[in-house]
Amino acid sequence: MADSIQMRVTRYDPDQDSAPTVATYDVPLRKDWAILDGLNYIKDHVDTSLSYRWSCRMGICGSCGMNVEGQPKLTCATFLTDYAPGPVRVEPLSNFPIVRDLVVDIDDFMEKLPRVKPWIIRDDDVTVIDGEYLQTPTELEEYKQFSNCINCMLCYAACPIYGLEPDFIGPAAIALAERYDLDTRDAGQRERLDVLIEREGVWGCTFVGECTRVCPKHVDPAGAIQRYKLKAAQENVMAFLLPRAAR
Amino acid sequence: MSAPTTYRQPVSRLWWLKKRTYLMFVLRELSSIFVAWFAVFLMIMIFAIGRGEESYRNFMNWAGSPVVIVINVVALAFSILHTVTWFALTPQAMVVRGPGSKQVPAKKEVTVAGRRMTAATVVRVGGRMPSGLVIASQYVGLAVVSAFIVWLVLQ
Amino acid sequence: MSEGAAAAHDVLLVGGGAAGLRAAIAIAETNPSLSVAVISKVYPMRSHTVSAEGGAAGAIADNDTLDEHAYDTVSGSDWLCDQDAVEAFVQEAPRELLQLEHWGCPWSRQPNGRIAVRAFGGMKNMRTWFAADKTGFHMLHSLFQTSLKYTDVRRYDEWFVTRLLVDDGRVHGVVAIELRTGRIEAITAKSVVLCNGGSGKVFPFTTNANICTGDGMSLAYRAGAPLKDMEFVQYHPTGLPFTGILITEAARAEGGWLLNKDGYRYLQDYDLGKPEPTPVLRSMELGPRDRLSQAFVHEVEKGRTIESPYGPIVNLDLRHMGEKLIETKLPMVRELCIQYERIDPVKELIPVRPVVHYMMGGVHTDINGATPIEGLFAAGETACVTINGANRLGSNSLPECLVFGARAGKAAAEYASGAQQPPPVVIRQADDEVRRIDQLRAAGRGTERIADIREAMQATMEDSAGIFRSGDSLTKGVDQLADLQQRLQRVQLSDETQVFNTELVAALELANMLDIAETMLQSALLREESRGAHQRTDFTTRDDEHFLNHALAYREEDGAVRIERLPVTITRWPPGERVYGR
Repeated sequence: MADSIQMRVTRYDPDQDSAPTVATYDVPLRKDWAILDGLNYIKDHVDTSLSYRWSCRMGICGSCGMNVEGQPKLTCATFLTDYAPGPVRVEPLSNFPIVRDLVVDIDDFMEKLPRVKPWIIRDDDVTVIDGEYLQTPTELEEYKQFSNCINCMLCYAACPIYGLEPDFIGPAAIALAERYDLDTRDAGQRERLDVLIEREGVWGCTFVGECTRVCPKHVDPAGAIQRYKLKAAQENVMAFLLPRAAR
Repeated sequence: MSAPTTYRQPVSRLWWLKKRTYLMFVLRELSSIFVAWFAVFLMIMIFAIGRGEESYRNFMNWAGSPVVIVINVVALAFSILHTVTWFALTPQAMVVRGPGSKQVPAKKEVTVAGRRMTAATVVRVGGRMPSGLVIASQYVGLAVVSAFIVWLVLQ
Repeated sequence: MSEGAAAAHDVLLVGGGAAGLRAAIAIAETNPSLSVAVISKVYPMRSHTVSAEGGAAGAIADNDTLDEHAYDTVSGSDWLCDQDAVEAFVQEAPRELLQLEHWGCPWSRQPNGRIAVRAFGGMKNMRTWFAADKTGFHMLHSLFQTSLKYTDVRRYDEWFVTRLLVDDGRVHGVVAIELRTGRIEAITAKSVVLCNGGSGKVFPFTTNANICTGDGMSLAYRAGAPLKDMEFVQYHPTGLPFTGILITEAARAEGGWLLNKDGYRYLQDYDLGKPEPTPVLRSMELGPRDRLSQAFVHEVEKGRTIESPYGPIVNLDLRHMGEKLIETKLPMVRELCIQYERIDPVKELIPVRPVVHYMMGGVHTDINGATPIEGLFAAGETACVTINGANRLGSNSLPECLVFGARAGKAAAEYASGAQQPPPVVIRQADDEVRRIDQLRAAGRGTERIADIREAMQATMEDSAGIFRSGDSLTKGVDQLADLQQRLQRVQLSDETQVFNTELVAALELANMLDIAETMLQSALLREESRGAHQRTDFTTRDDEHFLNHALAYREEDGAVRIERLPVTITRWPPGERVYGR
């Protein structure tokens, strides 16, 4: 194994640059090092101005998503040796505006998330004194997968619809809506449907399925969206057939 | 003070050539055109049969011409792609439940006389059929229907 | 440059993790008319709460009592906790966890649908609630998503607080850098709650994330509030060797064994009980974390550990537990091992070593999260109430964030309801701070690299204040830190761009960490006994006569640390012997 590997990293200084550039750095090629370790090496020892987000370095906080060789990845869970002998290209996550270097603007997602009402909606007066809502392991299993989303945004980077139509609410937000819909403690299916039945909701999705392929937590947002479409279609049919009845 | 300029990353018009999976997606979507073509072709054939012996012979000549044959071979390939991809995606897009599932109580919001309120309902949980089984059963269904059509045609 | 404050709120929560978000929701529910804001240097879902794995303790089982939870916590703390706080804590913990369940937290369940509880280190009964092995993740996301309901809670995401505005013994707000633009602004508030988490990055090997740099503790310390019990640093017995990634205690609670190089369950040699094939509560691998980490050091001294490229390690054996159990109860552990160690715990041994995990110490608060500075509160790992004393039991810190987050939030709201507007003098303070940061940014051509100072600090801390310390090692450490403070004055800042300047943030975090490190060493130097996680090789026994009290570290004008003492509050459990495995 060689001693070092070349990293080709996007740089962008909004004060100086009109467009991003690429800087080349040589970092040690250690078998335990993730791409993130390479970036930290650059920042600590070569160029302290390199800016990027990271925190937990164990794939649970969702901060360190970037494009590595064109693929959205968590850089803390992607290893340099997988790209040996290199060079390895590291870019900011696609489909998001670049703020600086490898940092992207995720305000769009932060604005979309509350729109799908990702909280338990019910209006009975059960308080904590009454104890927990019963939920069997089977019931928990129904939505558990969709609750594992770490909001890393790799799915948005992978989704060509989001790239072409920025209004699309997107995979993670819809998967989270489905997570609450499937939670037997929740009663808010109708309210979320009102939000997601629009064109920028579930109907924007054409089932490319790339979101599921890149998800590091196996959430399967594509599956969530298609299931949601089925649910939405069923609701439409019911509304058509029984317009005035309780539904 | 205004916010600093972010850089909007451009999306190439040839985005679908960038990854094999994107290309497969586009081909899958295009395959519906060829499925539609087969439907049209079938309708033309039925129409031709309905118009009598000569009309049918004209149709068969036309269908036998090299251009039409090439189109139909390509269309067959795309139809197979269409079938294989959509059968494979069904278990992801739909939850098919087997005998192991059960009904449990749940709540949902309903509108009664213009008012929103929470009502009791039931949902099904558990017993999800494994994807392999869902996919296989579709092929079985296809085989059964195809066999029936063949039998019908050969009568 | 700012003229006047960018914004004014009634309550400002610094930090958006479990404690901060819980406080925000508590205030939004009880005092909806107050203006509440959460300011955090990261988006809330990135807060370090997210990495917690094992569980959260709350006494709900039929055979469990609040008193037993309290006693386990008191003895776990080696009698250094304040028992009134512990009594309040154990009572409110189950209610808080149930509240979180109502807010959607996907707690793991028994077959009948009720909450499942499991065993955890140092606990006599099974009382640890868990959400698979990603409890912190699920708690944080449930809290964050629930907080989105309260649209009036204003959020300042990716704003780095650099100082508290304090006048005449009262807090009036903060000065913070908006990372996105580089603007430095004052945000005034009638009360402030510090929920910034711990400071594990002071050490070289830690489970902590990059963001755990003791910002909240440092803010309070520089504003004149004392830091309590800073000498007590918890080493988690099982972290992965290179990365320090946490392998949850739940792996042991579900049946894992710690083996030395001879495949021997070495904990039996350290008065922790006899090895049984299945876990026994408060025994062996379910002993308290301080004792298990200390046992590791003894094994190193005896030459019975395994040498790895990253120092001595022992093995965690899960192989006898079977794939089904591991997949159901410990799926993330399996994933982490496969990804970061390239081993599958179903079939192979996991290399582990003790790594720094939690700060028992923090900003001194009372039972409602109030610090001695009026209007300033603290909660979560940033605070030291203290319920954890000299050693924290696993699964107590998550409910601690909820219980004291809610308490501090409500107390801060009550304070703000009766408080006056901040006086104009604080704006001058804010301007001074803006000038200071600008000068720092312009410093440019210094000679010292941030990374070099940071790595030197971390090495110093590991050598002088590790699992075992001595007067000599601590004194040496104090001198080395003083030298590093000098070097920090000559730090090189070469990033001239104001937008998302992470170099500046790293320098400010390093300054915070150096202050914290100094308080840790001074507090440790003056505690001439061994208790819980603070083990002195020159004072090897517990000395209740002289040291049944807390160290309060104050900052002097010249930056020196002054230690005062505060007696421990004993209510119902007089100091006794900590017994495990018997």
